Amino acid sequence: MGMNLTLKVWRQKGPEDKGRMVTYRVEDVSPDMSFLEMLDVLNERLILEGDDPVAFDHDCREGICGMCGMVINGVAHGEQVATTTCQLHMRHFEDNAVITVEPWRAAPFPVVKDLVVDRSAFDRIIQAGGFISVPAGSAPDAHSVPVKKVDADAAFDAATCIGCGACVAACPNGSASLFTAAKITHLSLLPQGQPERDSRAKAMVEQMDAEGFGGCTNTGECTAVCPKGIPLDTIAQMNRDYLKASK
Amino acid sequence: MTTKYTEGEPIRDTKAPAGPIEDRWEKRKFNAKLVNPANKRKLNVIVIGTGLAGGSAAATLGELGYNVKSFCYQDTPRRAHSIAAQGGINAAKNYRGDGDSTYRLFYDTVKGGDFRARESNVYRLAQVSVNIIDQAVAQGVPFAREYGGLLDTRSFGGAQVSRTFYARGQTGQQLLLGAYQALERQIAAGTVEMHTRHEMLDLIVSDGRARGVIVRDMVTGEIERHVADAVVLASGGYGNVFFLSTNAKGCNTTAIWRAHRRGAMFANPCYTQIHPTCIPVSGEYQSKLTLMSESLRNDGRVWVPVKAGDDRPVSQIPEDERDYYLERIYPAFGNLVPRDIASRAAKNVCDEGRGVGPGGLGVYLDFADAIRRLGRDAVEKKYGNLFEMYERITGEDPYTQPMRIYPAVHYTMGGLWVDYDLQSTIPGLFVIGEANFSDHGANRLGASALMQGLADGYFVLPTTIGDYLANGPYGEVDEEAVAEAEIAVREKINKLLSNNGDRTADSYHRELGKIMWEYCGMERTEESLRKALERIPELREEFWKNVKVSGEADELNQALERAGRVGDFFDLAELMCIDALHRTESCGGHFRAESQDADGEALRDDDNFAYVAAWEYGEQGPVLHKEDLDYEYVKMSQRSYK
Repeated sequence: MGMNLTLKVWRQKGPEDKGRMVTYRVEDVSPDMSFLEMLDVLNERLILEGDDPVAFDHDCREGICGMCGMVINGVAHGEQVATTTCQLHMRHFEDNAVITVEPWRAAPFPVVKDLVVDRSAFDRIIQAGGFISVPAGSAPDAHSVPVKKVDADAAFDAATCIGCGACVAACPNGSASLFTAAKITHLSLLPQGQPERDSRAKAMVEQMDAEGFGGCTNTGECTAVCPKGIPLDTIAQMNRDYLKASK
Repeated sequence: MTTKYTEGEPIRDTKAPAGPIEDRWEKRKFNAKLVNPANKRKLNVIVIGTGLAGGSAAATLGELGYNVKSFCYQDTPRRAHSIAAQGGINAAKNYRGDGDSTYRLFYDTVKGGDFRARESNVYRLAQVSVNIIDQAVAQGVPFAREYGGLLDTRSFGGAQVSRTFYARGQTGQQLLLGAYQALERQIAAGTVEMHTRHEMLDLIVSDGRARGVIVRDMVTGEIERHVADAVVLASGGYGNVFFLSTNAKGCNTTAIWRAHRRGAMFANPCYTQIHPTCIPVSGEYQSKLTLMSESLRNDGRVWVPVKAGDDRPVSQIPEDERDYYLERIYPAFGNLVPRDIASRAAKNVCDEGRGVGPGGLGVYLDFADAIRRLGRDAVEKKYGNLFEMYERITGEDPYTQPMRIYPAVHYTMGGLWVDYDLQSTIPGLFVIGEANFSDHGANRLGASALMQGLADGYFVLPTTIGDYLANGPYGEVDEEAVAEAEIAVREKINKLLSNNGDRTADSYHRELGKIMWEYCGMERTEESLRKALERIPELREEFWKNVKVSGEADELNQALERAGRVGDFFDLAELMCIDALHRTESCGGHFRAESQDADGEALRDDDNFAYVAAWEYGEQGPVLHKEDLDYEYVKMSQRSYK
């Protein structure tokens, strides 16, 4: 027996459209469906009815590409902890539930259509310095610089950020601190990242501010919704590196 | 029925240098013409796709000083599906001192590919593999390390040495982010112009050379033309022809198929890899399949009940009523046999009625022994994120009950034909990564896709494309050729939008996928392939008459994007079946039931099929060109993992 659901979905034709919530009924939903598969079923029906299907970003559908993301019942990626929208399954919802579905909301993430937003600000933050400058072919042997296991592991934990933007959507200030801090921390912890450590922190933080993201007030909503559980203390690391670089 | 094809001239020259195999790449690099740094700025290169191959190629070409335009259909280049690769990347570093070498990686890859790959290419891949690890470490890729600070490695299917470098279960993600960051650095430097949310819909060929692409801006719907001196396709594989596969939803064949229509030969389209360790299908609505890294087979033991129809819970099946069939049949490699063998073995036990889970389409992958031996913590450290992923999808806890797994389409070894320089049969069109056919033969070994993508992108293409560009710039592009390509794209879009039928593109895609899985999947027969070749054209005709696409051309329209891709999948599916039908032998991932030995193992027919099947597009049906494969170094033998 499938579940019957009422969806209230944000529909917005384009960036200029005001947008509104539209109610849809979806019936006979299997608890084993993912949230996006449930939306697929709705969209198949809308197409046949000649309506515009609900536009949403998605790609790998296995929780790693970072492309999907919607605010479900007020929570970025839904209430399931450490889970992307594509990995959220309908077994976590009650039969006859009313579910609201909205896009990420933040000024630097303008809505493109329906649930699709423009997150290119993240790319520009990386462009500002989220890399180690090493042209192909110029690298020394991989074993020439040993790295402490604890450092490598901590760098990995920060590096698992998938760039989905849930942190921004959840933050009351619309801050991109967790995203930016994750990259700064990842590269700061490794010996290879040291030569550009100061310039990187400075440039990335300044770009983040230039994009119009808000400041961090240690609310912690970002890490609470982060599908990869990027720790909040990366932001402390970012602030330390930024202050040191700004001296 | 279009089972007919004609045979054309064989391909005699692959442009691989002669001489000892270990010197060939050095020789090619030395003989490749160089481009004066001041001239590089005047040369334009288009790169389609931003996965490991495309991202690393665009970044490297930018570093070299070329003028690069990079395109991807996602909202940022960091999302390409390379990101989902879990297990690791092979490299012949021999950091373990366990007998690995360039030659051994070469040997394992040729053998694993069931003697259907080119020796010269594979040797180069093994040589370059070591540079990839150096490059990635220098970029800050946080590979797993040991307490001494050195890199950790693990073993993987098809190999008896420990040469796979990894970053927990997210190796593809970390390597892709390394390439993405290098690419963003070039975007900031102004050498690469990035076009996200753009999809290539046709190739511009002018005076016999690839000179540009027609793309659709997926936000505004605008059809754009971009010209260049060379075009690089790094658009990935075509596993989504089966609808259900481990590929990302957006992965499609349109870029390479359109190039094929414009004259690029398509090699070995039937070589499909079915991955043995995926989460089984749970229902009709299923939109994709999720792979569990094959590295799980290092510590997990695969089994099914001895008795058919045994539906007791795991805890009530005593040890002596469990059949650890891989360990039983293949004692030397056990659970680590190559993917094609593990997949078919799973299908066989399920066909015997011994499968587990819904529909009997699953086998157990059991970690109870590993947890007893290593402790839960150690298992969690190694596989924690994979276990979590499994739990999230199935609602079952793999620490306390065995996983259920089943094979699923994962990778396509076939792709556009390329020579040693990775150039297709259209001059100026280069193809890299999964989109080409070159290095894996009829079966790819685990942890070799990341290796090939990065080898092509960081090290091979940037050298070989220089040799082509040294003769450029190639001057004005024929305006008529551009206009013709653009009109063709617009007509197709209009056709889809004006159809007003009563079935969605997805529903046709799903049906096509079922035909392919059933008749051109893990096991193929003459009968099944003929059936597929009857049904595909019928369904395709219905699709073009009856598909329903809502919305407009000049807006973000995901229904339109999908319909366009499905249209090309139909044509590709037909070619795959023709290729599979003509190759009456079994080899690697291509298993023809008519060609097996007494034990049910794939039986190659080297006398008749030791060639690459390169298909040329023809209005009257495809034309087959054979490239003979010579094995000077690795003696051809029947693979045995017993």
